Amino acid sequence: MKRFAVLSALLLFSSMAYAQDAPSVPAKPDVSPAKAEDARMNALEEQIRALAGEVALLRGELKELRETKSPEHPAGPQVLLASSHPEPGMLAPAPVPAAPQTTQTQTFGGASGNAKLLNPDISLIGDFIGTAGHNAVSPSRSLELHESEVGLQAIIDPYARADAFISFGETGVNVEEGYITFTSLPGGLLLKVGKKRADFGKVNTIHNHALPFIDRPLVTNNLVGGEDGIDDAGFFLSRFLPAPKNWFLEGSAEVLRGDSADVFQANRRQDVSVVGHLRAYRDLTESTNLDLGLSYARGHNNAGIGSALDPANFLTNLYSGDLTLRWRPLRRAIYNSFLFRTELVWSARDQLSAALPTRFETQHAFGMYSSAEYRVNRRWTVGGRFDRSGHATDARLTDSGFSGILTYWPSEFSQIRGQYRFGHLATSPTDFSNANEFLFQFLFVMGAHGAHPF
Amino acid sequence: MPRRLTSTRFTAIASSLALVFAMLCPVVGTADSKIRIMTATTDLASLAQEIGGDKVDVESVARGYQDPHFVDPKPSFLLKLSKADLLIVVGLELEIGWLPPLITQSSNPRIQVGAPGYFDASRFAKILELPTGQVTRAEGDVHPLGNPHYWLDPDNGLRIAKGIQNKLSEMRSNDAAYFAQRYDAFEQRLKQSEQQWQSQMKPYAGRKVVTYHRSWPNFAEHFGLNVVGYVEPRPGIPPSPQHTVELIGQMKRDGVKIIMVEPYFDLKTPNSIARDTGAQVVVLMPSVGGEKEITDYFKLFDYDIAKLKKAFDETH
Repeated sequence: MKRFAVLSALLLFSSMAYAQDAPSVPAKPDVSPAKAEDARMNALEEQIRALAGEVALLRGELKELRETKSPEHPAGPQVLLASSHPEPGMLAPAPVPAAPQTTQTQTFGGASGNAKLLNPDISLIGDFIGTAGHNAVSPSRSLELHESEVGLQAIIDPYARADAFISFGETGVNVEEGYITFTSLPGGLLLKVGKKRADFGKVNTIHNHALPFIDRPLVTNNLVGGEDGIDDAGFFLSRFLPAPKNWFLEGSAEVLRGDSADVFQANRRQDVSVVGHLRAYRDLTESTNLDLGLSYARGHNNAGIGSALDPANFLTNLYSGDLTLRWRPLRRAIYNSFLFRTELVWSARDQLSAALPTRFETQHAFGMYSSAEYRVNRRWTVGGRFDRSGHATDARLTDSGFSGILTYWPSEFSQIRGQYRFGHLATSPTDFSNANEFLFQFLFVMGAHGAHPF
Repeated sequence: MPRRLTSTRFTAIASSLALVFAMLCPVVGTADSKIRIMTATTDLASLAQEIGGDKVDVESVARGYQDPHFVDPKPSFLLKLSKADLLIVVGLELEIGWLPPLITQSSNPRIQVGAPGYFDASRFAKILELPTGQVTRAEGDVHPLGNPHYWLDPDNGLRIAKGIQNKLSEMRSNDAAYFAQRYDAFEQRLKQSEQQWQSQMKPYAGRKVVTYHRSWPNFAEHFGLNVVGYVEPRPGIPPSPQHTVELIGQMKRDGVKIIMVEPYFDLKTPNSIARDTGAQVVVLMPSVGGEKEITDYFKLFDYDIAKLKKAFDETH
């Protein structure tokens, strides 16, 4: 553990030190001294001209301010001039503001610098879900404000930004994600530190409100921790990797505390979990692309707690492969698109045998889903999903099901959905219970919610 | 027998692997004599190319026929952004739905917001439709910082070009004279073209037009057109039957004969309105590259003005 801590600290601090010292402008090529001197003089002359222009403009602004304050020149409607961050030469020739208008206002730049001040972007996404029908195995409530996700996002300093997503349920609060991202590390590294959804497959990384269906696939619920998934505190390091032409490769290595829903549980400090992810992406055409992923996660589970065996020996290994095919014609991007996605997950969970509680065993379970979505027009999307998954603790139990969904978008900032879900759910190796349910959802966005990664 | 891989060994291996992963992989991107510029849109790419000449490599993320509000932040853009020395953006939250994650994920400290390689072109442009009073989404997908389609005013193109000239000179002071010469040549050509465009549009000054989206305020102001309505009931909200009926009534009352539509919007509603009002739907290109022949900033105005002129003449 000490070695781990020392290595991590070394990596972090050396990276930060580099980031703060690294030159931000590319090195200039060598030139002859005479040429360099000429260029320097030219640049200085340019700067003097720019400064002269700037002084003239400031005088003009001052005069204008005096005039607008004088009783014979009452202030007209909203005519603003550049002021926040003028750059040398940008104001020459000085733009002449048009006459004040009543229907349109105008400004010469500068607005973005003052509008937000230093407040983070704040958003709230409401997720209201209703369920009708029959499900004897995993029933959900008839009506609930399932989640209210508050997002706070801001640039922290020249070297980092931070994102926090706090999820309010009807009865509790959970920090779904809260992490700092170091954007200026050497070697093309991207480091996130905090609590975050791990890069394991696709659906594990997606927030509830951004899911293509109202619910998560059966395989997520059975093998990858359900709605919370692998969501833990730790270090998240990623980097682009050298790749063949026209391919994009990205590798991620993540070291987490080891507590993620019912998948991982750290019984001791050193019981950290790790997640590795490799992503390969390629544009097949301008409109079509292929996204492939391989993931691995390993951590301790709670199966050995209270037993005669050492809990440190009870591990869960998860392996995953995912494939996404997208089609979105650029000229019709807001009207039509298609997405096909499938994820396969294998789970190897160490536990005590149900038949013989003193015997150690590893349950090997498999689960998958395949889904497709088609945007019919600007306001309507249809989709379907097929599910099949074993249970992590008893691979003999296999659930299967399918869903169909219809989404209506009144605008970019709200969605109304209806989903039919059928489940063939195992209650024992030989018994099943059929679930027929209709789910509906109202999603709404307040404020500025940052875009999600592709 | 249970596996006996101890946690200590396990974490040490994991962290060592992470360290090796970090250190052994070669750094993406190599030194290059040209300034590598990425722009959000093709118009900014064209302006950067005008000023940068053969001292720069320029590429745009969005295509000219694509709605710049809705661009997929594909990983293929990340590689290019990771190597860029300069990123030029439209700003005013036009790219808010797709550019921020690309910038963050690019791991490129040179182009992060506020870094010397981050260039917000809106700071140099004359911005219209800055909302006053309370701003809510009851007004649709409004841009609280003003209308971001400002590049459709040639004067703004010149202002942005000046800003780019200064930025490139700051980055490569040795080539400052080259960039200044390119700017002077661009200014001269633009002013010549501007005279032609103005003379072509002069007969139609004050004509009332309807546009699909609020993409054309700068263009309309510069060339003296009067935008009296929109096919969208609110920015970003699809046309509704009620609004369409109201718009048809307004167009009939005002004698509006031109409906300007961007290439990425559905023509069904504009065509229906045109049938009822005797107007003509004109698909104009808001960006360079919207059609194959629109290869630069000059040809963008050549194309749009020629199409508008033809439509005005036919509907007179």
